Amino acid sequence: MPTTPRADSSCSAHGPDAAGRFGVFGGRYVPETLIYALDQLAEQYEAASQDASFRAEYEELLKNYVGRPSPLYFAKRLTQHCGGAEIWLKREDLNHTGAHKINNTVGQALLTLRMGKKRVIAETGAGQHGVATATACAHFGLECVVFMGEEDIRRQAPNVFSMKLLGAEVRPVTSGSRTLRDAVNEAMREWMSCVESTHYILGSVVGPHPFPMIVRDFQSVIGRETIQQSRAQMGDLPNLVVACVGGGSNAAGMFYPFVELENVSLVGVEAGGRGNQPGDHASPLTYGQPGILHGSFSYVMQDEDGQTCDVHSMSAGLDYPGVGPEHSYWKSTGRVTYTSCTDQDAMNAFDALARFEGILPALESSHAVAEAIKLAKTRNRNERIVVCLSGRGDKDAAEIARLKGQSFG
Amino acid sequence: MSAIDDLFTRLRHQDRKALMPFVTAGDPDLAFTAAVLKELAARGASMCEVGIPYSDPIADGPVIQASYTRALDKHVKLASILETLGEVTPQLATPVVTMVSYAIIYRHGLEKYADALVAQGVAGMIVPDLPIEESPQLAKVCEARDLSLIQLITPTTPNNRALRITETSSGFIYYVSVAGITGERAKLPTELIERVSWLRENTPLPVCIGFGISRPEHVRLLAPVADGLIVGSAIVRRMEAAEKNPQATLQEIGDYVSSLAAELN
Ligand SMILES: Cc1ncc(COP(=O)(O)O)c(C=O)c1O
Repeated sequence: MPTTPRADSSCSAHGPDAAGRFGVFGGRYVPETLIYALDQLAEQYEAASQDASFRAEYEELLKNYVGRPSPLYFAKRLTQHCGGAEIWLKREDLNHTGAHKINNTVGQALLTLRMGKKRVIAETGAGQHGVATATACAHFGLECVVFMGEEDIRRQAPNVFSMKLLGAEVRPVTSGSRTLRDAVNEAMREWMSCVESTHYILGSVVGPHPFPMIVRDFQSVIGRETIQQSRAQMGDLPNLVVACVGGGSNAAGMFYPFVELENVSLVGVEAGGRGNQPGDHASPLTYGQPGILHGSFSYVMQDEDGQTCDVHSMSAGLDYPGVGPEHSYWKSTGRVTYTSCTDQDAMNAFDALARFEGILPALESSHAVAEAIKLAKTRNRNERIVVCLSGRGDKDAAEIARLKGQSFG
Repeated sequence: MSAIDDLFTRLRHQDRKALMPFVTAGDPDLAFTAAVLKELAARGASMCEVGIPYSDPIADGPVIQASYTRALDKHVKLASILETLGEVTPQLATPVVTMVSYAIIYRHGLEKYADALVAQGVAGMIVPDLPIEESPQLAKVCEARDLSLIQLITPTTPNNRALRITETSSGFIYYVSVAGITGERAKLPTELIERVSWLRENTPLPVCIGFGISRPEHVRLLAPVADGLIVGSAIVRRMEAAEKNPQATLQEIGDYVSSLAAELN
């Protein structure tokens, strides 16, 4: 649970500052209508993070509802196959609902109750955040509406059905590219008209302050557990930590507790899609430049006029033109190295993990696995790489069948 | 003094109110944009707001968003929009302001964007995603060029914050009538009149109301309490027909604006 002091106005590893800045990144570029709700959220979150009973309730939920701590697992056969550094997996796929997203949604649902709001809206790409939000809302008896692009509804049908079973309304988004970015737009629009009664549970470390901070804090349980488990199971910290980056929440949650442990190298992996041309990938940190999207100043894929570009990834959860501002900050300070891997690399990594370890990873997480496989081969056998296995791949089975040209079911 | 300050000084002298229609640039093309601006000015507009199409306009409802998408689908570029404005503004008796996302301004460079507005005879800008915490830099750039940077106040803005906003705004205050996105509404909230009256007592700046205004009875009700009224979606909705029927659409928009102007004074 968040224990970070917020009093510091300078941006340190504990950022952001009072204006929501990580270095020059972040801030709040939103309509005035939302400022009051964001101020209220920041205030309530601040109070909640000082409140021992709130923290205790959150920790209890993580333990008995989410099923934490998630294991740190040594992938022995994959390691042998690569013939280099040890590969360990932080098993966020074993959480309730099958991804890291639930760490954030139960925390924000608790905040929703604290603010006296009874209704929640959310955006979703892969559907994992939508399912995790619908789940937390069912748990607390909150009304839930999830915005999802039509293209993603097609790609992630099992999650759409789950959300409905959980009592959520799924609203198809038909504007723009009909993916995650448009779902965020619609959710923000909806929020503008109901800020008094409704909380918006944003699913990643993106958007206006205080969202990037709140989501990071709720996700940072991943990194804290990894540090403890590494010491216990490896007898030391890992040499390298790898996570995939869509909006960047699983990566931020994994990296944040490691930021000041400077001997540990941190690697974020973006979606390289089918190539390095605009429109073929979703890698703003690798190929984009700083600009504004969804209320925050951060790396983004834009054209020369400032219009957001269409992006591509076979993985719906990474198919997003922006990235959280703290990642832009970590890129600027050099603390985290960002790279990207292609659809094909990720698919190969998916197959490898399935065959060597008996684990079907989410296509998002497969990007991190791909990078870890690549790195392991170049590293010594006595080195250790931890991969954030952010989610499980069941949701992707039909899409993988389609991509491989096989029949499903 | 920007052209907007001049306008409101004049209107207040004459005890008249401003009518400020909004149109999207480049929907369906820039020739139509130029024609519709002239039509609006001829039919009683006091000032024209030109929306610069943006791919991710979170403050806008479906009507304006769809219009932005239509314009962007035709690859309209900022440079050609500004060029068109430069051709039209000398022929208009009314000031023009741009409604533009900070994403676009930032990408072009604050000074470059402001210089371009000045060069093309545009009087100012409304930046709906730039709250006062983020606006000081742009405010400085605008002030140095006599451009108005019009700030918004909404029903969710607390009073003390509203006062701070009035101090950083120039030209006028854009009071957003409802908590929500742009779009026509049958009913407007009753607290609206009280809030606008309070604001006008507390700032020397003109206060104009926008979001949701579409009917002559809205104009009749609100004109007495405000300095001006902004009408967006109701006009942009009529622009949907412009691709097929530009002449008839111009006529229809012109008639509509005339009908609102008739209620005004
Ligand atoms: C399993 C999984 N991993 C990663 C992501 C990407 O999001 P983030 O970068 O915020 O962790 C998603 C998003 O849907 C996801 O479902």
